[in-house]
Amino acid sequence: MLHGYGSTILDGAWLTLSLALTSMALAITLGLLGAAFRLSPLKWLALLGEGYATVIRGIPDLVLILLIFYGGQDIVNRVAPLLGHTQYIDINPFIAGVGTMGFIFGAYLSETFRGAFMAIPKGQAEAGAAYGMGRLQVFFRILVPQMIRFAIPGFTNNWLVLTKATALISVVGLQDMMFKAKNAADATREPFTFFLAVAALYLLLTSVSLLALRLLERRYSVGTRLADI
Amino acid sequence: MLDFQLIAEHLPLYGRGVLVTFQLLIIALALGLALAIPLGLMRVSKAPWLNAPAWLYTYVIRGTPMLVQLFLIYYGLAQFEAVRSSFMWPYLSSATFCACLAFAINTSAYSAEILAGSLKATPPGEIEAAKAMGMSRAKLYRRILLPSALRRALPQYSNEVIMMLHTTSLASIVTLVDITGAARTLSSRYYMPFEAFITAGLFYLVLTFALVQLFKGAERRWLSHLAPRKA
Repeated sequence: MLHGYGSTILDGAWLTLSLALTSMALAITLGLLGAAFRLSPLKWLALLGEGYATVIRGIPDLVLILLIFYGGQDIVNRVAPLLGHTQYIDINPFIAGVGTMGFIFGAYLSETFRGAFMAIPKGQAEAGAAYGMGRLQVFFRILVPQMIRFAIPGFTNNWLVLTKATALISVVGLQDMMFKAKNAADATREPFTFFLAVAALYLLLTSVSLLALRLLERRYSVGTRLADI
Repeated sequence: MLDFQLIAEHLPLYGRGVLVTFQLLIIALALGLALAIPLGLMRVSKAPWLNAPAWLYTYVIRGTPMLVQLFLIYYGLAQFEAVRSSFMWPYLSSATFCACLAFAINTSAYSAEILAGSLKATPPGEIEAAKAMGMSRAKLYRRILLPSALRRALPQYSNEVIMMLHTTSLASIVTLVDITGAARTLSSRYYMPFEAFITAGLFYLVLTFALVQLFKGAERRWLSHLAPRKA
């Protein structure tokens, strides 16, 4: 049915999955950093975090991808000669993809994490401080574990959007499943078949993610009381 | 190092791009909302034969990337001889038509879920009062449920509209010259990707802020009864 392109597309699916997972790891790091900045008592840090979240969320993913991919490559090669580098620098598309997606979704996650931190009762951090914990200890031992529970719904949403947004990286030439499907479609002149197959794979990925994150949410909600409606 | 001279000379290209973006956005939103209202009503129905198809529709659309949906319609449909020989072919071979259709389908699924959530959150008292006044089901929906739910959906719907503004940038992949398309044209013609895409980004940023302000105004107009009381 897929004219022997099935295994190529599965290879692409693997790349899509690794791209999404690696980007998410970077996005979580940037999101935590962004949330910490925005909640900081230092005004300029808070403004910096605010600016990051607002600007990135105000620009389409595709434009940011094109900007960072082509623009970034362009800038690197304009700056490199000034530093005495003579060869043309080609950025690896996977690394560029991870950097771009991580940078974009870090901004969205910073919003999710900020809300989740603010949902933790103040007394928790105060109790930690009363025990003599340092600021970092309070952050990692008291706040982060509780924040996770509040952040899971927003995180789920962001993960699903990120997974689907990875398809855009195929536009700049990363050979993910979307790229492979486009190639197969052009070669066989059966675009509907291949795009439908890829759609099914994305649907599988999002469905499995939904189930897994629902289990995780249950795990992190152990010991909390739910409102009885 | 950066050169915005050329960009300034080509601002009219971006201007035309803004118009194309607006056109795509308005058509997609209008069609999408028209589809979303019946879908949203189906999603709150207790009858499985109404609810299940709408659930499946929104689940599949929301679970697959916009780019795949766009490609399925624009490139995919041409695979079938029946489509190519049908009266719809002049439309289905046009990138503008396909982009509008794909965007409308996509936003209809998200909007339907927003509307369904809002309908489910209707205070029971409003419905009881309507029933006590002797309203029929149709009148209840027309006069009470829908106006109330559509208002309360505004904050979430404003997010969807902004997402849709950003989604229209995908039209540039199927050759349309919207804001992103203008940037891609300039970027490849003069090889100045950084300046071209930064400018496009600024245009979207301004449009996003304008939409946010517009919806703030709309919320003040239609949701003022739900605003927190000033002490």
